[in-house]
Amino acid sequence: MLQFLIRRSFGAVLILVLISAFTFFMFFAIPQDPALLACGKNCTPDALEIIHKNLGLDQPVTVQYWHFLAGIFTGRDFAVGHCDAPCFGVSFANNQNVWDTILDRFPLTLSLTAGSLVVFLVVGLGAGMVAAKKRGTWLDKVFSSGSLVVSSLQIYFLGPLVLLLFVYSTGWLEKPKYVPISEDAAGWFAGLLIPWVVMATIFTANYTRMSRSSMIEQLQEEHVKAARAKGMSGNYTFFRYAWRGSLVPIVTILGIDLSSLLGGGMVTELTFGLAGIGRLALQSVIDKDLPMLMGVMLISAALIIVFNLIVDALYAVIDPRVRLS
Amino acid sequence: MTTQTKPEEAPAAAAGDAFLSVRDLKVHFSTEGGVVKAVDGLSFDLERGKTLGIVGESGSGKSVTNLAVLGLHDRRRTAVEGSIALDGQELTEASEKQLEKLRGKKMAMIFQDALTALSPYYTVGRQIGEPYMKHNGASKRDARVRAIDLLQKVGIPHPQKRVDDYPHQFSGGMRQRAMIAMALACNPDLLIADEPTTALDVTVQAQILDLLKDLQQEFGSAIIMITHDLGVVGNMADDILVMYAGRAVERGSVREVLKTPQHPYTWGLLSSMPNLTSDVDEPLMPIPGSPPSLLNPPSGCAFHPRCGFTDLVSGERCSGERPTLPGGRAAACHLTGEQRQQVFIEKIQPRLG
Repeated sequence: MLQFLIRRSFGAVLILVLISAFTFFMFFAIPQDPALLACGKNCTPDALEIIHKNLGLDQPVTVQYWHFLAGIFTGRDFAVGHCDAPCFGVSFANNQNVWDTILDRFPLTLSLTAGSLVVFLVVGLGAGMVAAKKRGTWLDKVFSSGSLVVSSLQIYFLGPLVLLLFVYSTGWLEKPKYVPISEDAAGWFAGLLIPWVVMATIFTANYTRMSRSSMIEQLQEEHVKAARAKGMSGNYTFFRYAWRGSLVPIVTILGIDLSSLLGGGMVTELTFGLAGIGRLALQSVIDKDLPMLMGVMLISAALIIVFNLIVDALYAVIDPRVRLS
Repeated sequence: MTTQTKPEEAPAAAAGDAFLSVRDLKVHFSTEGGVVKAVDGLSFDLERGKTLGIVGESGSGKSVTNLAVLGLHDRRRTAVEGSIALDGQELTEASEKQLEKLRGKKMAMIFQDALTALSPYYTVGRQIGEPYMKHNGASKRDARVRAIDLLQKVGIPHPQKRVDDYPHQFSGGMRQRAMIAMALACNPDLLIADEPTTALDVTVQAQILDLLKDLQQEFGSAIIMITHDLGVVGNMADDILVMYAGRAVERGSVREVLKTPQHPYTWGLLSSMPNLTSDVDEPLMPIPGSPPSLLNPPSGCAFHPRCGFTDLVSGERCSGERPTLPGGRAAACHLTGEQRQQVFIEKIQPRLG
C-alpha cells in the first residue's frame, strides 16, 4: 500500500509539472497583451514597457516559466515586494499574492465540495439501497422516477428557486454565506446548507440509480444466497455481503465525477455569490491574469489528483483482490 | 386439458417417520409468461446418516427442490405447496425467523461453485466462523478457532495461516473444501450438496467425494446429493431419485436403479454415459430432444415426446394420462413390469456393457 502511494505521488508531481507547463505556454498563445489590463485606460508605450519589465514579461517565455517554477521553492522578488516560498507570483490584475489569495478562498471551496459530496453519497446511496430493497413497490417507483426528474434540474435554476422558497418567502433557512468552521461550526453549517443540497441534487440522481441497479445485481449473487443458506439474516446479508460489492461500480463513477464536482462547485459559487476558488478561476480567465490562473489550475489539478488517489485506495479497501495485484 | 393429475402415492415408510420427509411438494413460480411448475408433486424420505442422490438434467427441478427445503426461494413470486418435515418440524409453514435459526445449524448447503458462493470480500475464516457465531453465540476468537479446526478437518494445509486468506488466494479444490467447512460449521444434521464437484477437475472430484463420505461417517449427517453425474451418485448415495420435469420418475437403491433401471428416462441417462469396458467405436446414445419447458409441460407423461417406447403402450395413455410413482422401489411409467424387463434386457443392457 505504501509503495503504491509513493509510486502514485511521483506520478502526481509529474502530472502537475506537465499541467503547469501546458497552461503557461498556452497562455502566451493568446494574442492579447496581459500588461494592458494593469496599464489602464491612458496607457502609453513607455508605461506599458515598464509594466512589462515589472511583471517579467519582457523575458522569453521559457525563462519566465523557469522563474515561475523556481519561485515556488525559493520565493521571488517583485516590484510590489517580496513573495515568500511557496511563491506562485502576484496577480497581474490587483498585485495580490496568488498563494495567499488561494489560501484565503480554498476553505470555502473545500467545505462546499466535501459537504455536497457527503450529501449526495448519503442520500444517493441510501435512496438506491431502499429502492433495491423494496424493488417493485411504490417506493421504488417514486425513487426511480423522482431521480429522473431531479437529474434534469440545473444548479442555476434550482438555486434561485430554493432561495426564493426557503429564504426570501419563508425565512426558514439562512441566506448562503461562508463562515469558517473554526470560528462558528453551527454558522458554517447553516450558511452552507442550501449550497450543499442544491449542488448535491444534480449528482444524487445518478448515484441513486447506480446504487439501486448495483444492489439488485449483487443481491442475486451466489455468495449472498450462500450467506442466507448458512442462517445469516436478510439485513445482515444485505448490508455485509451485497452492499460491499455494490460499492465497486459506484467508486468508479465517483472517480469520473470528481472533475465535474469542481465544475459544479464553480456554478454553485456563482449562483449563491460565494467567493471560492471557482469564482477566482473565472475571474482570472476574464482578467488574463496569468499568475492567478496558474495558481488556480494547479490547486484544482492537485485536488483532483488527491481525490483520485483516495478513490484508488478505496478500491483496495473495498476489494481485497485489488490489494495484491 | 385431459391430463389427470393424481397426487403421488407416499413412499413405503409412513410420512413423518423419516428425518427429512417431503410430501407432494409443489414449487410454482409466477413469471410474465405464466406459471412455471418447477417442482410438481414430489415426495421422498431421507434417514439420518444416509445419502440420497437426486439425479436429472438441468431444469428438472433438483435445485429448486432444495432451495425450497431451505426456504431460500423468492417468497413473493413462488408458491410452495405440500409438506417438508425436518425432524418432525414443518418447514413450509415456518416463519423466516424460524428458518434462519435452522439454516446453517440443522440444515446446510454446499454450493456448486465455491468461487461465486464465497464472498470475495471477507476472509475464508470469517465466512466459516459466521454461522458458528450466529447459532452458537460464539465470540470472534472462538469462531476463528472453530474455523481453523474445520479447515484442518477438510484437509487444508497450514490452517492457522490459511484461515486469514481470501477465497481468491485458494485453489479451486481448496475453495470447495472451505465451502464444505462452512457448511459443517455447526454440525448440521442435513447437508444439501448441489453438484458439489461439477466445477472441479476429476482428481479433485474424487478427493472431495471421499472427504464428504468421511465427514458423513464422523458427523452422521444426512446428505442430499444433487447431481447430473451418475458416477458421483454411484459412488456416494444409498438411494437414488431420478427427476424429470419437476417430478420423480424413478426411485430405488443405488444398486437397483443403476443395475436394473426401469424408467425409459433412466435408460437414456445411463446409455448416454461413456463406458470404459465397451467398444471404443460404440457410439454414445444421447436422449433425443431437450428437456421440456416447465411453463407448458407436455400432457400426460412429461417424457413421452422424447420416449422411444410409447408405441408399446396401448392407446393414447402416454400423452393423455400422467403415470404415478408407486411407493418403494418404483418407476412412473405406463409400460408394464414385463415390458420394462423385456426392453431393458433386450435393448438397454447390451449397451451398458
